[in-house]
Amino acid sequence: MSDISALHAALVTRVLDGNGQAPAYLRRAAFNNSGLDSPLSELVDKVVHHAYAVTDQDIASASAAGLSEDQIFEVVVCAAVGAATRQYQSGLTALDAAAVVK
Amino acid sequence: MRLSILERGHSIRNKALLGLIRLVSRHPVVDAVKLALYRPDFYPAGGLTQEAMRGPSEWTVADRELMAAFVSKVNRTEFCVLAHTATSSMAYDDADKVSAALADLDSSPVEEPLRSTLKMLGKLTEEGDLEAADVRSALEAGASPQQVKDALAVAFAFNLTDRLADTFGFSVADRAAIQAGAKYLLARGYG
Repeated sequence: MSDISALHAALVTRVLDGNGQAPAYLRRAAFNNSGLDSPLSELVDKVVHHAYAVTDQDIASASAAGLSEDQIFEVVVCAAVGAATRQYQSGLTALDAAAVVK
Repeated sequence: MRLSILERGHSIRNKALLGLIRLVSRHPVVDAVKLALYRPDFYPAGGLTQEAMRGPSEWTVADRELMAAFVSKVNRTEFCVLAHTATSSMAYDDADKVSAALADLDSSPVEEPLRSTLKMLGKLTEEGDLEAADVRSALEAGASPQQVKDALAVAFAFNLTDRLADTFGFSVADRAAIQAGAKYLLARGYG
């Protein structure tokens, strides 16, 4: 059967600890959507909760705060991987609980 | 796209590959491919998506493509909705069934356990988490625990991809490019 667990763990390690241009603390904060200052906190929160509402201005604000395009790229990837990971883990936990009861 | 590096910042090797894709497909390269070829050392999501979408599963490829379209619809990610609606429609050879499922799952001809599994994925995507009772509904409708796990993997891949598509501002491809992309995804996958 298909199994993404090893690929998922490798992806998380890669985006958090692999070579990158954004400092590791910033990538981790984006992944957790926690501990970021404005305007990056607004951008990351949108990526996590309603990415369809992200605007050109959100990216321009991150850029004006001093981040390069590659750093913005990395921060956004970390935020998206973090949010999707929390959803995935919630699903797996619910499956464990449901399968035990069943 | 909102970051110029995703349009023009690729390595020389991948710039050449993008040119070749343009030449062979005779369509502009869709933004999903430009993202996949930008710094795959940092963001190597292709292998995971391939495993979720094409790895061994009790779900068919068509079912998983419908899940991808369904999750993307809840996320309001137009690029991915169109791409995976086309791919699922082609794989089922039934566009009506796919559009009915996306328009109103309850009145659509989608059978169990796929219907309850889609509902479960919809809730996970909309609300961000699931309770045991949500999973139990899918299990009681006939999904195996492994099928639920496989569906959660599809949801992971698209809850990630949709966020990137929307944040980076993927342009919606034209109809011919979407159809060509669907054919490619069925023939070659995501790897």
